[in-house]
Amino acid sequence: MTTTMTPPHRSATAGARRGAERGGWRRGRAPRRGRGPSRRKEALWGYAFIAPTGLGIAVFYLWPVLQTAYFSLTEWGAFGGHTWTGLDNYRRLSSDPEVGRALVNTLTYTGLGLLSIPLAIGFAVLLNRKGMRFVGFYRTLFFLPVVTMPVAIAMVWRWLYNGDYGLINYLLSLIGIDGPNWVADPATALYALVVVGVWSSVGYNLIIFLAGLQAIPKEYYEAAAIDGAGPFRQFFSVTLPLLSPTAFFVSVVSVIGSLQLFDLVYVMAGSGAGARANPAFPRLETVVQLFYDRAFVTNDRGYAAAIVMMLLLVIVVLTAVQFRFQKRWVHYA
Amino acid sequence: MWMSKRLGAVALATMLAVSACSGGGDGKAAAADPNAKVTLSYGVWDANQKPVMETLATEFTKTHPNITVQVQLTPWADYWTKLKAAVTGGAAPDVFWMNGPNFQLYASNKVIAPMPGDADLSVYPKPLTDLYTFEGKPYGLPKDMDTVAVWYNKKLFDAKKLPYPKDDWTWADFTDTAAKLSDPAKGVYGTAAQLGSFQEYQYDTIAQAGGYVISPDGKKSGYSDPKTIAGLKFWTDLIENKSSPDLKTMTDTTPIQLFEAGKIAMYWGGSWNVSEFTANSYTKGKVDVAPLPRGEKQATIIHGVANVVSTKTSHPDQAWEFVRYLGSKQAAEILGQKGPIPAYDGTQTAWVKAHPELKLQTFLDSVSYAVPFPVSKNTAAWNEAELTYLTKAWTGQEPIDKAATELAQAMDTLLAKE
Repeated sequence: MTTTMTPPHRSATAGARRGAERGGWRRGRAPRRGRGPSRRKEALWGYAFIAPTGLGIAVFYLWPVLQTAYFSLTEWGAFGGHTWTGLDNYRRLSSDPEVGRALVNTLTYTGLGLLSIPLAIGFAVLLNRKGMRFVGFYRTLFFLPVVTMPVAIAMVWRWLYNGDYGLINYLLSLIGIDGPNWVADPATALYALVVVGVWSSVGYNLIIFLAGLQAIPKEYYEAAAIDGAGPFRQFFSVTLPLLSPTAFFVSVVSVIGSLQLFDLVYVMAGSGAGARANPAFPRLETVVQLFYDRAFVTNDRGYAAAIVMMLLLVIVVLTAVQFRFQKRWVHYA
Repeated sequence: MWMSKRLGAVALATMLAVSACSGGGDGKAAAADPNAKVTLSYGVWDANQKPVMETLATEFTKTHPNITVQVQLTPWADYWTKLKAAVTGGAAPDVFWMNGPNFQLYASNKVIAPMPGDADLSVYPKPLTDLYTFEGKPYGLPKDMDTVAVWYNKKLFDAKKLPYPKDDWTWADFTDTAAKLSDPAKGVYGTAAQLGSFQEYQYDTIAQAGGYVISPDGKKSGYSDPKTIAGLKFWTDLIENKSSPDLKTMTDTTPIQLFEAGKIAMYWGGSWNVSEFTANSYTKGKVDVAPLPRGEKQATIIHGVANVVSTKTSHPDQAWEFVRYLGSKQAAEILGQKGPIPAYDGTQTAWVKAHPELKLQTFLDSVSYAVPFPVSKNTAAWNEAELTYLTKAWTGQEPIDKAATELAQAMDTLLAKE
């Protein structure tokens, strides 16, 4: 807050002063030790500072990934102890119909889940308007689902969606519509899930877009207004292009998140092995759900490792594609 | 004088040092010394039974002052996942609850230890001790037992002026009664053909029809057997005749919730439901118990939890001592006051008398014709297949004989891998 309040010229001078001091420090030592060693020393300090985090990532993320890659080439039972089976798990993966349908479901969910981006932009623009009252209240309201546990969200929505006693079907019955069993009907289950997913992620995306909106300089709008652009023209010609880097970030993050969907399905489809008794299960099964079943229910952990390696590949490819196509639509101001 | 004083001090110091050393030695020998203080961890999954288990632990400590037992509760939904992770990480509880479907997996992987020495197993029902025997050796003592019966809502019977079920009723009687009790327009059904808890539904009717789930040697599936299919068709027919809600409805609202809302007249449940139905404000005073109807023969599934000991425990002697206590008559009597049916022969009267308003004797009488719970080394794998294939028949998407035959093939493949 204080930095944005400081008049620009003062912070600029402060920066220049800091720069001079830094230069002075360099100059004072440069003649004696030379630039090379000092730079190396600086780099060394840099590594020292990121070491705690780096080590954490190496131990808790990279090492497990490598281990999983290794285990995906083995047959691994319930309690450890594995035998090398080469590419057997991957061969089985390519012909397993359950993997295919889990992938289709997951990708459909991910694609539809992107709907939360236009929604979040819309709400962010509305909440960013000048003279809006109770802004803090609305922002809290939208953010609430983000700080609520996904399991709690899923439990509540499960009841809302209940075919006979749910609030949604009760409201529909008031206007004479006989609603389906939302999460038990193969025709509606996945879409019912998408609604919950979008609903619970809009708040988070909204906050990021609000930050993006506030970074757009007012001068652009003034200039656009002078040129005769109305609010809609301003939105499409100024706001949207300048918000595109934020949208890109949100899209990358939410695609990765959606591809790992598990908790919502696990709770909403019916808990544990019970989910398989849900007639809509073939339309709800996600890749991570399948991984969970293989790893923790049927004790087929080597195969489970192969499933997550496949998911890792899908995530890498989809993220790479997004980075490649960002040039077409992302404008960095 | 001065010298002697000083010598005395040295002597005292030496003595102290020696005794301190021997004290340290005692600490090191803790594992072997039967009198050393030991804390055992005891893994359980039922929150309702946690207080009883804690009472038993306290009672045990009274006679074994050196052993304290810590009851660790993990809810059912996460119990096996967490236990497997704990075993892999070497942090399993010393003593824990085991069930039939998981037993062979744990025994064959040497996660749990066979019982040392002799134990009198004749005091427990034979199907239960057989369930916890692997390669001829018993691996634990049964703690409790449960059988299945029909819980019925007397109010719904009275409303239709129907007589309550008789002890010798048959499949035809059941189906007729269910049809008469059903009123689909009001959302009321005679029964609920649940899918997902085979112990109270499919396994019972399969046995009653004279079929089988798995061959005695654990190598072949019985699902393609025409008698087994008849046991499954019993349920799909009930759904088709609208004597049971359809699978979608039962997915949204589970049969037990429907029963507790007065929407289901006859609920196939276990003896473990007693505490639930006597506490629930709706079912309290409105329900009673009848034996399962007779098909080609009379049958109910018997199952029970056993206490087992981890192979990795650092206190095997104390752990077995505790398991022996839990399997004793004395412990069974405490358990029967406020828990499930104790497995120990002759200790069940307290359990029956706890609720004189219910015909709880039904559950005990059915032990005489009870059949064991079907299991193999990796039961969970084909349990999943059961759901995957039978769901298609339960929704009416596929005829039951086709779904069951497909299931038999899938199950045979899985059994071959064990």
